Amino acid sequence: MAALDSDSDEDLVSYGTGLEPLEEGERPKKPIPLQDQTVRDEKGRYKRFHGAFSGGFSAGYFNTVGSKEGWTPSSFVSSRQNRADKSVLGPEDFMDEEDLSEFGIAPKSIVTTDDFASKTKDRIREKARQLAAATAPIPGATLLDDLITPAKLSIGFELLRKMGWKEGQGIGPRVKRRPRRQKPDPGVKIYGCALPPGGSEGSEDEDDDYLPENVTFAPKDVTPVDFTPKDNVHGLAYKGLDPHQALFGTSGEHFNLFSGGPEETSNLLGDIGVNKGRKLGISGQAFGVGALEEEDDDIYAMETLSKYDTVLKDEEPGDGLYGWTAPRQYKSQKESEKDLRYIGKILDGFSLASKPLSSKKVYPPPELPRDYRPVHYFRPVVAATSENSHLLQVLSESAGKPTNDPGTHSRHQLNACKRGELLGETPIQGAPTSVLEFLSQKDKERLKEVKQATDLKAAQLRARSLAQSASGSRPQPSSPDVGHCSWHMALSGGTATTRTSNFKPFAKDPAKQKRYEEFLVNMKRGQKDALERCLDPGMTEWERGRERDEFARAALLYASSHSTLSSRFTHAKEEDDSDQVEVPRDQENDVSDKQSAVKMKMFGKLTRDAFEWHPDKLLCKRFNVPDPYPDSTLVGLPRVKRDKYSVFNFLTIPETASSPVTQASSEKVPQHRGSDKSRKPSRWDTSKEEKKEDSISEFLSLARSKVGPAKPEPSPSVNKEEERAMESVSNKVVNKDVDSQTEGEGSRPSMDLFKAIFASSSDEKSSSSEDEEGDSEDDQEGTREADSKSSQETDLAEASSVAQASEPAPQEPAPFFPIQKMQIDEREAFGPRLPPVFCPNARQKLEAPLKEKHKKNKEKHKTKKEHKRKKEKKKKHRKHKHKGKQKNKKAEKSSSSESTDSSDSHSEEGPADLSPQELLRRLKRLPLRRQ
Amino acid sequence: GRRPSNPAWCSPVDGNYCLTCGSDKTLKLWNPLRGTLLRTYSGHGYEVLDAAGSFDNSSLCSGGGDKAVVLWDVASGQVVRKFRGHAGKVNTVQFNEEATVILSGSIDSTIRCWDCRSRKPEPIQTLDEARDGISSVKVSDHEVLAGSVDGRVRRYDLRMGQLFSDYVGSPITCICFSRDGQCTLVSSLDSTLRLLDKDTGELLGEYTGHKNKEYKLDCCLSERDTHVVSCSEDGKVFFWDLVEGALALALPVGPGVVQSLAYHPMEPCLLTAMGGSIQCWREETYEAEGAPG
Repeated sequence: MAALDSDSDEDLVSYGTGLEPLEEGERPKKPIPLQDQTVRDEKGRYKRFHGAFSGGFSAGYFNTVGSKEGWTPSSFVSSRQNRADKSVLGPEDFMDEEDLSEFGIAPKSIVTTDDFASKTKDRIREKARQLAAATAPIPGATLLDDLITPAKLSIGFELLRKMGWKEGQGIGPRVKRRPRRQKPDPGVKIYGCALPPGGSEGSEDEDDDYLPENVTFAPKDVTPVDFTPKDNVHGLAYKGLDPHQALFGTSGEHFNLFSGGPEETSNLLGDIGVNKGRKLGISGQAFGVGALEEEDDDIYAMETLSKYDTVLKDEEPGDGLYGWTAPRQYKSQKESEKDLRYIGKILDGFSLASKPLSSKKVYPPPELPRDYRPVHYFRPVVAATSENSHLLQVLSESAGKPTNDPGTHSRHQLNACKRGELLGETPIQGAPTSVLEFLSQKDKERLKEVKQATDLKAAQLRARSLAQSASGSRPQPSSPDVGHCSWHMALSGGTATTRTSNFKPFAKDPAKQKRYEEFLVNMKRGQKDALERCLDPGMTEWERGRERDEFARAALLYASSHSTLSSRFTHAKEEDDSDQVEVPRDQENDVSDKQSAVKMKMFGKLTRDAFEWHPDKLLCKRFNVPDPYPDSTLVGLPRVKRDKYSVFNFLTIPETASSPVTQASSEKVPQHRGSDKSRKPSRWDTSKEEKKEDSISEFLSLARSKVGPAKPEPSPSVNKEEERAMESVSNKVVNKDVDSQTEGEGSRPSMDLFKAIFASSSDEKSSSSEDEEGDSEDDQEGTREADSKSSQETDLAEASSVAQASEPAPQEPAPFFPIQKMQIDEREAFGPRLPPVFCPNARQKLEAPLKEKHKKNKEKHKTKKEHKRKKEKKKKHRKHKHKGKQKNKKAEKSSSSESTDSSDSHSEEGPADLSPQELLRRLKRLPLRRQ
Repeated sequence: GRRPSNPAWCSPVDGNYCLTCGSDKTLKLWNPLRGTLLRTYSGHGYEVLDAAGSFDNSSLCSGGGDKAVVLWDVASGQVVRKFRGHAGKVNTVQFNEEATVILSGSIDSTIRCWDCRSRKPEPIQTLDEARDGISSVKVSDHEVLAGSVDGRVRRYDLRMGQLFSDYVGSPITCICFSRDGQCTLVSSLDSTLRLLDKDTGELLGEYTGHKNKEYKLDCCLSERDTHVVSCSEDGKVFFWDLVEGALALALPVGPGVVQSLAYHPMEPCLLTAMGGSIQCWREETYEAEGAPG
């Protein structure tokens, strides 16, 4: 402590702390009495002798945690900004300075770490471990840990290795010499004294000289001789009680356990085994043998005579210890022989193998045939089209793949019904009870009629899909759109394998899926009875009919759904094993009519979809906007749950799509042709029209063969539509209502019917519950209303629900059904893009008794009025919630439309068959907001 | 990058600053009138595709090819927050009026609403109605307007709780509100700009003559809604009279594609971006100044 007093003379050197200079008139301070003198540390705390971790009782700030201000957490540090500074808290962070000081438990003096230390272990850790081992419930439990230690190399080893050094080599520049012989020649025996080390190399020079001169070798490895001075008074090589072994012998040299020989190991392990009762496992020979201990034999196990050389013999030449005869730890001759084989140092954690590795037998490579060319030849990949399906089949057969022939089922592909069929059993009648049996006779008849219609339709569908697949194989003109389309078509007409691998509509029911695949295969081969052949004969007629319809639809659907599915790949958000998917309740409409509207520059109602959309509550808050749906927990578009693998799922999408639930645009977006719905057009589908006309003749003829009365005439759609619009001016009311109704029913009836019968209860329940939870009741009403409105076939829905309840339909005259159905079916059979070619039908409609039509109209209006009333109610209900401009406008509009019911009714439906002029006229009538 | 730089008037209120972003992974704040670089903001991992400033000039947001949306502090130049969640490039970012929410439209066909107030890593809401990438997003006090490559303009009305979807047909490159909030200007890849009535979706005007077939080019309205301005791929900026739809001016900017433009909120002053440089155009009484991007 030499403080230089700068103020005073610089020549003087003063030692110690100077007293503070006394001020004038101040009384000299009393010295502090001895009992009051305390030692404090730099922070003013009483000096302690222990830190918190080393037994100190006054931890922290005066026996509290934290600081003077109380417990303060370390201030928050953003991990974003100082990511690099973020450190994991170690025990040091909780230690006092005392603990870190020289005498604490974690002294901060610089020591070499394990990486650089050669062999010495961390002593403290070692001690702690030994203590833990001794006091552990199972003594010696750490034995296993000792046995299994990670091979850890010191940093020197690693550095050397990086420099190219290998285990067993010496260090230094490579030298030009012959490789040292690793093993002594077994035949040569040297008696007497070992040769001097230099001589061995010289002798090696004499024999084999096949190595070229320019090859250098690593220098010989030198095993350092451990010259530990003997500093005790024991006899030579006597080892007293090993302090490590005193604590169960869990020392660092754990591999000595085994290399030490059998006696030693057994001894050690035996100790552990016997002395289980003892807390401290001090054992060892120095303590003699206890009264209860049996084993008496090798009291001086450490030094057997076998450890000493009794015979003068040559040391192993690879040892490097030429002539050095210090006692080694091997005991038996066998062991020494073992050591003989290996010259290098034994790695930490390794021991010598007791058995030599059996050398692997090396087989010569196979002889190549003479004409072998080392280039692989690929079989030509044959694109799968319907034309070359036979070629494909042949190819696949030649490749040894089993074809999907329905006749050659393997054992595992058969189900019970098929096995029964093969065995000649009669199909079980009782088991698959049909729903039909629960129906009344009248309903049965009606269902039968419907079913016939669907059968017919299925046949037509099949015809169409056949025609499609046929047309798909045709060469197409190569504009980009058409190119895409032809690819599309080729896919639709592609092999069953590609199809099924991509699209499995019946994945839930493997048997059904199989039948469906069969059906595809058959259809591709052009077999006309494809459907009938693949259907399960064990099923009831009703089931078969249903399945037939489903298959046909699914086959058609693949083409359409493919484009929609592939248009947007997203990750599966739902778990795959859940059976239901959430589908947006409202979806944007098909773009086809919108495209035409865009082309005609008729933006507005035609190009606009409006949906109910629920913003997040927080989003509303952030935007300073009142929540439009304060009661709803929904976010985004309202969603409904649908069966995942159901075909209905795919079928219903277009149907719901055409029903915007909110009445923002009270005029409905045009309904599509029924057949159009099953096919969701993508952007690329515009050119499909031309294609259709290509194949028109084909499938017309097919259809004609199926359906007698239908005689459609293909004609450009626009003209036809205009014609129709003109025509409709005269008999608008009559024609259009019937028309739109048929259109609305187009794709639905069978499905609706099926749903009502098969899936109704669960589906309705789920959707309604969803609505309830999601929204208030008026919304639910809205959905129902919209649904019924959009489908525009309340009558049929009613009928089906009635059928489900097994009650006779009260208000709907039954005879309408078949006629209607026939019309629908014919419609649906002839493609989405076809113009209204059903002149015979139209005529038929006109010819039908007017009375019935009026009745129908009246009914139609009645239902519509009901809807409107509902709508009004809803509007009132909502109006107090939010008074949007638009809403009011809507209300006006709908009230006005109420007064002019008939005219409005047909403006509400299907502008699809309106002429552009008509549309324009109507648009002009609408109130515009221009500035 | 396709868009080496992309100017945006940083301060929508007074228009004193301009913000550019580009493929050098940085945002740059400029004084466009003097052409001086004020600050560089770096922290994006890929090119920056869009940036916007808050109403009070205190923070910036940007989005880029690293799928992240970044909120910046203007003064310190630090990243305040980094929102991750988009599955693809972020094409467009916007603050809402009070700079409490960032809306980002991405190529993954979603718009995400990120909360600047809370520290939640998830967006408040994800608008995933679009079927294709979102190319442009604009925000008014209660609406979110989004143009998508699927050819639809979607307007989410928070006050009404409704979504209006207008079909345009061709992939939409840029949309904007008119300054009176009554119309939307839509530019699409059929080289057409359309002015639509916001409430009904009707077509009020159509502006053609420029070339926009492949790039995402910007369009905007002039400071008083008198003219429609659009970039073009033939190196010009086109001005149309809003009401008459007649081409008022084709301003030759340079040989390449005019990638982006921004119109001053108050004054007749236009920024254009072409090939890594930003140009500032003013009336003839002013002199045009160039600033290297």
